[in-house]
Amino acid sequence: MTLMSVTQVHVGLELPTQEFTITRAALIRYAGASGDFNIIHWNERVAQEVGLPTVIAHGMLTMGTVIRVVTDWLGDPGKVIEYSARFTRPIPVPDTDEGTSIKVSAKVTELLENNQAVISISAIHNEVTVLAKTAATVQFAP
Amino acid sequence: MQAGGQVVHDPELALDYTRVVHGEQRFVQHRPIFAGDEITSTVSVDSIRSAAGNDMITVKTEVHATDGELVSTVYSLLVARGVGEES
Repeated sequence: MTLMSVTQVHVGLELPTQEFTITRAALIRYAGASGDFNIIHWNERVAQEVGLPTVIAHGMLTMGTVIRVVTDWLGDPGKVIEYSARFTRPIPVPDTDEGTSIKVSAKVTELLENNQAVISISAIHNEVTVLAKTAATVQFAP
Repeated sequence: MQAGGQVVHDPELALDYTRVVHGEQRFVQHRPIFAGDEITSTVSVDSIRSAAGNDMITVKTEVHATDGELVSTVYSLLVARGVGEES
C-alpha cells in the first residue's frame, strides 16, 4: 500500500467521522483478548455495588476502537507512532442487543518535522465527551 | 496488559481491583512490532499520589526486543477510586 504523502495533509483537515457500537459481547471478547478480567467490565451486580451505573467498557477497548478513524483513513496502523488518551467518563454498556455507540471525529492539528503530524480525536457518547486530550502522531510519506 | 497485571495484583500494593479504573494511557512506538518478534516488558511504578480522595498510580512499561532495542514505551494512569463518594 502506498503511504499517504504529507503534502496531502494540512492543519484543520477533517478525517471522515465514524460511529462505533460497543456491546456486552464485545466487552467479554476484549477481556479475553487483553487479559483484563476486571469484574466491573462484565458483572452488573458488582459494577453497581462499587457505584457504577452498570458494567463499563474497558478504556483500552474504547481507545483501540476510536483510533480506527485514523487507521482506516491512513490505511496502515503501523504508521501510528504515538497515541494517548485520557478517559474522562466511563462508557456504560447496557444489556441490549444494540449495545451503545460512540461517535468519533478527528482532525489534523499540528504538522511536525520528519513528515509527521498530530491528529486530535474527539469521542462522544450520549452527547458527552468520553475521551480528552486524545491524539495520535502519525508518519506520512514525503 | 499481562505485564500490567503484575501491578494491579501485587499483594503489597493491595489494590481493590473493582475500584480501579483507567485514567490515561499513552503509547510511544519506537518501531513497529512485527509478527515473530520476541519482546520483554519491564513494568515500573513511576508515581503514586492522592487527589480528590482517589489514588493515582502511574505505571511505565518499557518493551524491548531480545537484542535490547527499545520497541515501545507505554504509560498508564490507574485510578483507584476512593470509597468516600460514589458518583
